[in-house]
Amino acid sequence: MAARIIGQVLVPAGAILLALVVGAVVLLISSPLVTGRFDPLLPLATYAALVQGSLGSFNGIVDTIVNATPLILVGLAVGLCFRAGLFNIGGQGQFYMGALAAAAVGAGLAGSPPIVAVPLAVLAAAVAGAIYGFIPGVLKAFAGAHEVVTTIMLNYIAGFIISWAVQGPLRAQGASFARSPDVGNAMIPVVLNQGTGHEGHLGIILPVIAIVVIWRLLFRTTIGFEIRTVGANPDAARYAGMRPRLLTIFALTVGGMMAGLAGATEILGVTGYMAATYSTNIGFEAITVALLGRANPVGILFAGLLLGAMRAGSGLMQIEAGVPVQMVDLLQGVILLFLAADVIVRRAFRIRAATGAVTEVADVTRSYAGKSPAAGA
Amino acid sequence: MSGLFEIPVLGIIFQLLDFLINVFTLNGVIILALTAPLALGALCGVMNERSGVVNIGIEGMMLASAFAGWFVAAVVAQAMPGSTPGPLFGFTVPLLIGLLAAVATGMLVSALHAWLSITIRADQIISGTMINIVALGLTGYFDLLLSQNPFPSAGTFSAFDPPGWLVDLPFVGWLFRMFLNQNPITISVIVLAVLLQIWLFRSRWGLRTRAVGEHPKAAETVGINVIRLRYRNVILGGVFAGLGGAWFTLDFGNLFQNGMTNGRGFIALAALIFGRWHPMGAFFAALLFAASGSLGIAIRTAPPPGQLGELLQSIPEQVLSALPYIVTIVVLAGVVGRSIAPAAVGQPYRRESTS
Amino acid sequence: MTQSSRVAEPVIAPALEMRGITKRYPGVVANDAIDLRVEPGEIHALLGENGAGKSTLMNVLYGLARPDEGQILLDGKPITISGPSDAIAQGISMVHQHFMLVPVLSVAENILLGDETMANAVFLDREEAHRRIRKLGQRFGFEIDPEERVGRLSVGWQQRVEILKALYREARILVLDEPTAVLTPQETKEIFAVLRRLKDEGHSIIFISHKLYEVLEIADRITVIRRGKVVGSRLPSETNEDDLAELMVGREVQLTVDWGESHPTDVLLTVERLSARNDRGREAVRDVSLEVRAGEIFGIAGVAGNGQEELVEAITGLRTPTAGRILIKGADVTHEGPRRLHQRGVSFVPADRHRFAVVLGFSIADNLVLTDYYASPYARGPVRDDQAIQERAVEAIGQFDIRTPSATVTAGTLSGGNQQKLVVAREFDRELALLVLDQPTRGLDVGSVEFIHRQAIAKRDAGTAILLVSAELDEVLELSDRIGVMYRGRLVAILDGPTADREQLGLLMATGGREQAAAVAGAA
Repeated sequence: MAARIIGQVLVPAGAILLALVVGAVVLLISSPLVTGRFDPLLPLATYAALVQGSLGSFNGIVDTIVNATPLILVGLAVGLCFRAGLFNIGGQGQFYMGALAAAAVGAGLAGSPPIVAVPLAVLAAAVAGAIYGFIPGVLKAFAGAHEVVTTIMLNYIAGFIISWAVQGPLRAQGASFARSPDVGNAMIPVVLNQGTGHEGHLGIILPVIAIVVIWRLLFRTTIGFEIRTVGANPDAARYAGMRPRLLTIFALTVGGMMAGLAGATEILGVTGYMAATYSTNIGFEAITVALLGRANPVGILFAGLLLGAMRAGSGLMQIEAGVPVQMVDLLQGVILLFLAADVIVRRAFRIRAATGAVTEVADVTRSYAGKSPAAGA
Repeated sequence: MSGLFEIPVLGIIFQLLDFLINVFTLNGVIILALTAPLALGALCGVMNERSGVVNIGIEGMMLASAFAGWFVAAVVAQAMPGSTPGPLFGFTVPLLIGLLAAVATGMLVSALHAWLSITIRADQIISGTMINIVALGLTGYFDLLLSQNPFPSAGTFSAFDPPGWLVDLPFVGWLFRMFLNQNPITISVIVLAVLLQIWLFRSRWGLRTRAVGEHPKAAETVGINVIRLRYRNVILGGVFAGLGGAWFTLDFGNLFQNGMTNGRGFIALAALIFGRWHPMGAFFAALLFAASGSLGIAIRTAPPPGQLGELLQSIPEQVLSALPYIVTIVVLAGVVGRSIAPAAVGQPYRRESTS
Repeated sequence: MTQSSRVAEPVIAPALEMRGITKRYPGVVANDAIDLRVEPGEIHALLGENGAGKSTLMNVLYGLARPDEGQILLDGKPITISGPSDAIAQGISMVHQHFMLVPVLSVAENILLGDETMANAVFLDREEAHRRIRKLGQRFGFEIDPEERVGRLSVGWQQRVEILKALYREARILVLDEPTAVLTPQETKEIFAVLRRLKDEGHSIIFISHKLYEVLEIADRITVIRRGKVVGSRLPSETNEDDLAELMVGREVQLTVDWGESHPTDVLLTVERLSARNDRGREAVRDVSLEVRAGEIFGIAGVAGNGQEELVEAITGLRTPTAGRILIKGADVTHEGPRRLHQRGVSFVPADRHRFAVVLGFSIADNLVLTDYYASPYARGPVRDDQAIQERAVEAIGQFDIRTPSATVTAGTLSGGNQQKLVVAREFDRELALLVLDQPTRGLDVGSVEFIHRQAIAKRDAGTAILLVSAELDEVLELSDRIGVMYRGRLVAILDGPTADREQLGLLMATGGREQAAAVAGAA
């Protein structure tokens, strides 16, 4: 068992190491632009700032956890769908819709007691996210529209919906820029580091609950067995009397709900309102989280914490090393590169463990264009 | 007849049709220009998917090419100031070198995708996603660093100026204007689509490509090198993605902006499916998407008269901006069930079988 | 046979000689020092069980697999073949068991592929190609439309396209891998006629098969392979089916098993005027009516693609019929899905086990509960009971002799025979009303075939109604009490199993009986 877990961890760890090496090369090349001269120490300074900003202090650790919270939730949204053989690139849109619903309901309940306002606003976000996951689910199940394209289109559409809502019906009176009103009492209470500028809100327990729920759902219930069967072999699922269409809709809906909750943690836990220009790249980051965590809820927890730490440290990295925060996006992309091409990682670190491959993730392409794979060959 | 127009709904439908025709005849030039990146992305998809490789990294490929084209052109322009535009399309040395850089970038990124998909046999959708993320991160990173001390862009190509009598012809003049009064990359799109269509269905290369995308093993058994053909096609597909990227920064605009492809690579993918993996089909699908995108512009700049104009103008701007994305979903949901992809798409090929 | 003496004493170098071919795959030696000599103008049969190593040997010859040891000689001269293009260049062509044809391309495109007739450096010369293909077809006695899509052709015609492909490349040595597996007896005869004609023109033919009587009929020499080794070589005039079977299997084999008498009782399955469409929306099952009684095996014979698959899917709830009714024990189940039918005691062993019946990435235990994971004792409400699932797995592995280190390994690590045992354990070992078997033994070795037949007969004797679909006419004939023949979606005849005649069945399969009257009249 221990050997199996090590086998599971070796490849992701190797991928991260190699990504840091590639990042260092990019930093070296770009150092004249960053510091005005060729600076061989820039990678060290950058990574040091990244670590210092995320793990170097209690504030940093709280920031890491708060940043990891939505990443883990959206990572679960992607990972659960991977298990069902679906590639949910729509975490972004589902997150947006959850955030918008939280902002709208939160603003409406700004004066109500927190014990009412917070749960209702969070619930609204979960429902909004679920609906936004339900749409591509139905489109896939009943019209055969591949979720990769529809979810991406829905991401853009969600952006326009936010822009419309916050500049229109939801616009706060008298604000200097287009934003929704404050959520007031619907703000999730702060439980860590009150008043330091590095607050930790109670919403950080949501990912923990979600991980337990999703893990139990996948591996302890019959519906989880059905989801995994559909993901591994949709024809066999039909043969066994399961309903692949409903399961497709179910997985995307539950995934959407997770992403919607993530939106709530951002609006109700961090910002307190929604701006028309609100933008995030969380949907794509979550794909890295889900793949790094091998579509396993526990793995997603650690992957989310890692990427949350990178996010948390990126501020200090920009201030101290002068490196743009996009460096973090780049690192995440390169991690994904080495996960896709895990052969490189295996060769570089002479990893023999054969247990690395996650078959559930290995062929999300299979259902492309609404087909099942040709058998045999 | 007059009774018909007393029914307001029919009247509005008539006005709407009239308006839509006007949108095309008056905005043909901009519509075709906006078609170019979608169609080029879709042609990149044709090259990939006809030979059995899924490519959802077109977005990232175009973004990387857009950046490379802009950056190289600007650097060259700085190094050799005062280069005069040529008589045709405003060609300058920096612009042409920029174009080459964009195309080379497209091919380079495609080579990475080919290696991951064909040799490593990684999941092709994950490989494409990775390309999108890395391209966004890398271009964003350097764009921000470069913007600290901005340097002048190399400008853009200019449009071909067709003879006045041609574009003023009654009834068909607007078509000539639409297709000829264009920058070089846009004009090249229609030529490339036609050529690719003919090549795919009439040439040896086309026959082999279609066979490899449908049944690679069958192709292998008659002595075709599946791996090599796939590599070649995926990398050549990068030429189209590179041109599509160059369109953003050397043809339509002259500046790079973070994430400026804005999902067009994905709409291109939908155009590919809607066009049933035919180059010309993909081109017309791209034209449809581009037209839906320019509806909003038309409504704001030249609204139809009367009731309909008021109705259309009351639609929030964001709905109009979202139209291409909505149309993409509707088209995919309505069409994809009847559209059949090349049979082997997405499946890595293993040479030696154990059967 | 007058030729056999000529073949036995060759005066010139063999057309093809393979010496000491060894090919190892991880864990198996697929070919172990195999020697093979093929003379010019000879039909040389390669006989062996599934998995004996015939296909591997031919893949080596064709450059699809690289041998670890050994040598290939053509006309006495050693050659190296590193890919199919080398083989083709040397005049070796292969007709694969699973046709290597691209369904969406035309006949001409399929034949041209890889050896294109060009108008110039870039473009194909279609007219010239069509002309050459027509001429070639006429030379061997068949009219073929070069512009027809291959996907629209019958299996028999697709095989002709494959042979044309070889002839178009001017092949001297033609390898046919199980060419008759999907053909009716009549089509087989036609192909044999073509092969004899090719032989007379001087081509050498390697004919791979595991059907003894066919090999005896067509071959000039027979080489038998078992477990990767050549175990014997025979002339047809000096051997018989029993001898060959013993060589092939390595022990004495009962070629015809007497499975005892059946005792049919009540009707359990009734199909009334059933119609259904295939995936492309065409009517694939037309107006089919049949009854299967408890304790009998109803066999369905037919050339693949005549609606058997759709009929089976309709009966097992995987496909919605467009008309007609299905009754189980008198209850109308026409619109019930697989789950409800399973609960009614309907079990289904599908033809393509990797596609339907087994999830390769799941453990054996999970696969064993694939169809009743939701029911007690494997689940309590929505929660799975892992312990009960494990216990069931251990029990089934012992009872059905599934060879595996443990119940937790994935099904993908099992051999084909053991995977099928797993399916049988899951689908047979419960209260059954109807058992639907679709190609239950395809691709299995003799031992597994016997095992599965024995289990099916046991179920029959226990009072289960069994519907058996098989492309292997021999299997249908061996097991069935009654045999229905499907042709173009219709059930054209129902015959009594024990007295059914191969020839008559073949004619029905090939023509649907329209010409049957004429044939009978002709015989009389």
